[in-house]
Amino acid sequence: MTENFKIAIIGAGPAGISAATHAAELGLSHILLESSPYPANTIRKYQRGKLVMAEPAILPLRSAVTFAAGAREHVLAAWEKNLQQHHVNLRVGAQVVQISGVKGQFEIKLSTGQVISAEFVVLAIGLQGNIHKLGVPGQDLPTVQYQLDDPLAFEGETIVVVGGGDAGVENALALAQQNRVFLLNRGEEFTRCNEGNLQLLQTAIREGRIEPRVNASVKQVEAINERGFSLSLVVKTTEGKENILCHRVVARLGASPPRKLVESFGVEFPHADIMSVPKLSSQYESNVPGLYIVGALAGYPLIKQALNHGFEVIEYILGHEVELADESLLKAKLAPFLPSYSVDKGLASIQRRVPLLSGLTTLQLREFLLESEVFAPTPDEVIFNLHDYSNSFFSILYGEFAVYTEDNDGKEISFLLKEGNFFGEMGLLSGRRRTATVKSAGHGVLIETPRRSMLKLINSVDSVRRTLDEISLRRVVQACLAGSLKEDELDYLVHNATVRRYDAGQVLFNQGDKADGLYLIRRGSVMIVRMNEGKEEVLAYLPAGNYVGEKALISDTPRSATVRAAVATEVILLETSVVTEMLARNNTMRDIVVTRYREHILADQKINFKAQPDDLFKFLMQQGVGEATDILLIDYSLCIRCNHCEIACADTHGGTSRLNRAAGPTHSNIHIPTSCRHCEHPHCMKDCPPNAIHRSVNGEVFITDSCIGCGNCEKNCPYDVIQMATIDPNHEQRSLMQVLFGSFARKSQKTVSDVDAPKKAVKCDMCKDIASGPVCVRLCPTGAALRVGPESLSMTMRSNQPS
Amino acid sequence: MKRVSLLEFKHYRYFKVSGFLMAAAIAAYILDRPEPEPFGGTVLGYILGIASALIVVFLLLYGIRKRLTPRIPVLNKNVEHESASQRTTSTRAAPHQNEGRYGGFTLQGWLSSHVYLGGSLIVLATLHTGFQFGVNVHTLSYFLMFLVICSGFYGTYVYLYLPRLVTENMGEDTLESILLKIKDFDRFAEKRALQFSDEIIELVALSRQKTRIGGNFFQQLSGRQKNCPTTLAVQKLQGLGKGYSDDKLKSFHDLYGIMAHKETAVARARKDVKYKARLDFWLYFHAPLSIAFLVALVAHIAAIFFYW
Repeated sequence: MTENFKIAIIGAGPAGISAATHAAELGLSHILLESSPYPANTIRKYQRGKLVMAEPAILPLRSAVTFAAGAREHVLAAWEKNLQQHHVNLRVGAQVVQISGVKGQFEIKLSTGQVISAEFVVLAIGLQGNIHKLGVPGQDLPTVQYQLDDPLAFEGETIVVVGGGDAGVENALALAQQNRVFLLNRGEEFTRCNEGNLQLLQTAIREGRIEPRVNASVKQVEAINERGFSLSLVVKTTEGKENILCHRVVARLGASPPRKLVESFGVEFPHADIMSVPKLSSQYESNVPGLYIVGALAGYPLIKQALNHGFEVIEYILGHEVELADESLLKAKLAPFLPSYSVDKGLASIQRRVPLLSGLTTLQLREFLLESEVFAPTPDEVIFNLHDYSNSFFSILYGEFAVYTEDNDGKEISFLLKEGNFFGEMGLLSGRRRTATVKSAGHGVLIETPRRSMLKLINSVDSVRRTLDEISLRRVVQACLAGSLKEDELDYLVHNATVRRYDAGQVLFNQGDKADGLYLIRRGSVMIVRMNEGKEEVLAYLPAGNYVGEKALISDTPRSATVRAAVATEVILLETSVVTEMLARNNTMRDIVVTRYREHILADQKINFKAQPDDLFKFLMQQGVGEATDILLIDYSLCIRCNHCEIACADTHGGTSRLNRAAGPTHSNIHIPTSCRHCEHPHCMKDCPPNAIHRSVNGEVFITDSCIGCGNCEKNCPYDVIQMATIDPNHEQRSLMQVLFGSFARKSQKTVSDVDAPKKAVKCDMCKDIASGPVCVRLCPTGAALRVGPESLSMTMRSNQPS
Repeated sequence: MKRVSLLEFKHYRYFKVSGFLMAAAIAAYILDRPEPEPFGGTVLGYILGIASALIVVFLLLYGIRKRLTPRIPVLNKNVEHESASQRTTSTRAAPHQNEGRYGGFTLQGWLSSHVYLGGSLIVLATLHTGFQFGVNVHTLSYFLMFLVICSGFYGTYVYLYLPRLVTENMGEDTLESILLKIKDFDRFAEKRALQFSDEIIELVALSRQKTRIGGNFFQQLSGRQKNCPTTLAVQKLQGLGKGYSDDKLKSFHDLYGIMAHKETAVARARKDVKYKARLDFWLYFHAPLSIAFLVALVAHIAAIFFYW
């Protein structure tokens, strides 16, 4: 039998709960479908007592659901109460596998085979994805679980762990401490887990603590009551079928990204990038009429935004006009510059003036403006300086702006940018320092957009990506080669350029290859290596903004060295024929390239006397020095292991040290402690819901106190340098007695020991608020600590010759 | 990445400063012809005494300076819009000036001057005495100063000499990782040993239970354990492999290998503990002696007023 509803809401997260509650409030026939056993499952999975934040503070809340910042338990209780009060038709454990049909008559198929029909569908499934289940009879038995919160909660049981990925292996290892554990892997070998886990696993298998079954798949799970066991598993391996009796099954089979599922409903994403969000109308309607998308999946990751969407989407479905929650905010933002316009008209006028933004939907433009700042700089005001480390993006609404930059000889070049143009994309795309100074020329108005919003836009709106790509190509070519190129010459080069992307370690070209062109490095960095007597020797390290490959090109000889990407790298390739033609046409460019060629030859000869200690170089690259803008190194031939760097760091930063001196690898007396590298493209910034991670003009990557403690950055950092710490606001300046008698005096101080106290992410901020620089370096008694960036790296390398 | 040591700091800046001070003091002492003889109460004696006292005060300040760290407000100001912070321009030096990029004070410089100026006191204070020694508070304070300086010299020596040895000994490991390895060896060995005689089981078990790393202060410094049960086990195992079948012999060699690895690991761990103890222990003399010296020095200065 098919059930009929007006509105089916899929996903009982904040957006779904808000939509369903509003629908219930209005008396609409509705159903709220949730695949997990509880509503608000993601928030339920937060640790106990965790503070749920209500960012952004300026955005008003408009929803039938109550919400304010508070402990996880309070928020959940309030929502459950809301659901009950309004008699929301909630169905848990209902996993949607298929949506078909059209507006007015959608058919929603559940994993149980049940079909629900609805006139409208609201997708509010967030980004967590659907956890893969065993896919066999018995998969939903209560002792078959798909996550493991506390491995120590089980003792003396026989447990079957299914899945040889990191999650499965880690669970198996933890459970094996107190239980008999079988580990089932689909393949012959455990290739999907990382090196460290693999070693631990092999040890555990050798010692008989874990009993593995490879090439194994579960065929059936049955509840039994036999010899104290509660489950019976039929497992198929290459050797035939095996029956395993156990108490519990822990299946860690991964989750399918929601995107695939959403695409199967017919929704289109404009771009393959994971940051891409589906294209939506201003009323949250997707390209499938009648199918609405709200919340995190629509690109709005914060709880408050999701709650507002839930309310608004119901109003839209009913055909009502809604004044959006952000209307007043936008009005306030635009009023000084477009006083006579309504918000809608203002938005239209912005799109008319700035062609880059014309491809945005109204919803995207609103979001874009909400996150941006509109301001009118005074005449001659500096917007940013050459070598600043800012990375926001500027669009010119009115007026003219002057760009001052230098060519390779240090000669100053300047030009004007007019209304409708934009600037700042080089810093945004390369993750490096600004390559020019920009000042306002006369009275103008700018829109300044933060890095994250701009990246989201580039990955969601194709026209923006195309325009930026083309312009940035021009500017990179111009910056690398010469400012003196004429427009048509530049056009010619850009038109014939190709962009290539390389993973870390991938080869751009090999020693002995025929020269295929000039490689301009736009992002990342490369190493130049040469084989010498069967040993690889690193000749140089070049960061973005340089080019390689001119030597073979000019002398028309095979490549004299191999060039390899040190980190993920993007280059612009200008082919040989194009470059040769341009060199023949443009003498200035020819001079520049030939000068560089001579310099390289001369530098090569010097290097031949003094080879780089390339093992050290490789080691540094492996440790992420190639993508670092500023990394802490310790010369272990001077370090007395006093840990004063840690003590000073902790004292400076409220009692929590942001570096771990002893941890981290060492190579020929160079030690890399666990401490932030301030990456060019910080991994931590990738997925920060409140956008609390920023880069300051001096390059420091830091976290502001709008951090909601979600722990995403901690997980995303490949170098393990972010930790979740309780912040002690009472950490005060010590008295002289405390300075003199240190730990004795400090014992009397109150310490925050409450394990349930809210935690925030903390990391190195390079002591950005202390003018004289990072205390770890300054307060090292023996001067063993130093910081290096990409620019100084090759210089420091040279000075580190073995004596 | 080779850094300059604290002795070489800024091209031996403080070596030059203290060298100049000492040379000037010696020259003045030679040229001075006080009546009836050189002692602390002559004009030059007072000058040298006051200079030495000032240097002592400066040296003592190192202990405080080292512990004075600047404070950043615990919570970063909430940046509502990233843009707001972006339009301020760079305040720090450009990236290529890595050496001394932040200028100003470094603790390394302070320590360098601490070492050299401390050393110069030997000359300055000795000349201040005019070689007049006796059994009194004045000579006591001189003697204490001498001890403080000697312990300081020893400290400088370990600071310069030991770090390399620590690195060589540990390689890629940390003390923690070595201890984990030792634990692993113990587990393997005990499991392996089960198939052999009680004597072997006993040796392995003793090695697990009684092997000590660290311990009290002197044990740490010695870096050894008398009759270390692991060494003993390895030695005794050598003679116990007779008469086994091929299979069992292979197992036995495995066990021997594990115990030999453990012995090496234990030795490395002890060495690390020893080095760290040596890096630390001299301070337990240097710091209290400094305080004792300070007390004696105050007494010495106060006593002078009674002569007036």
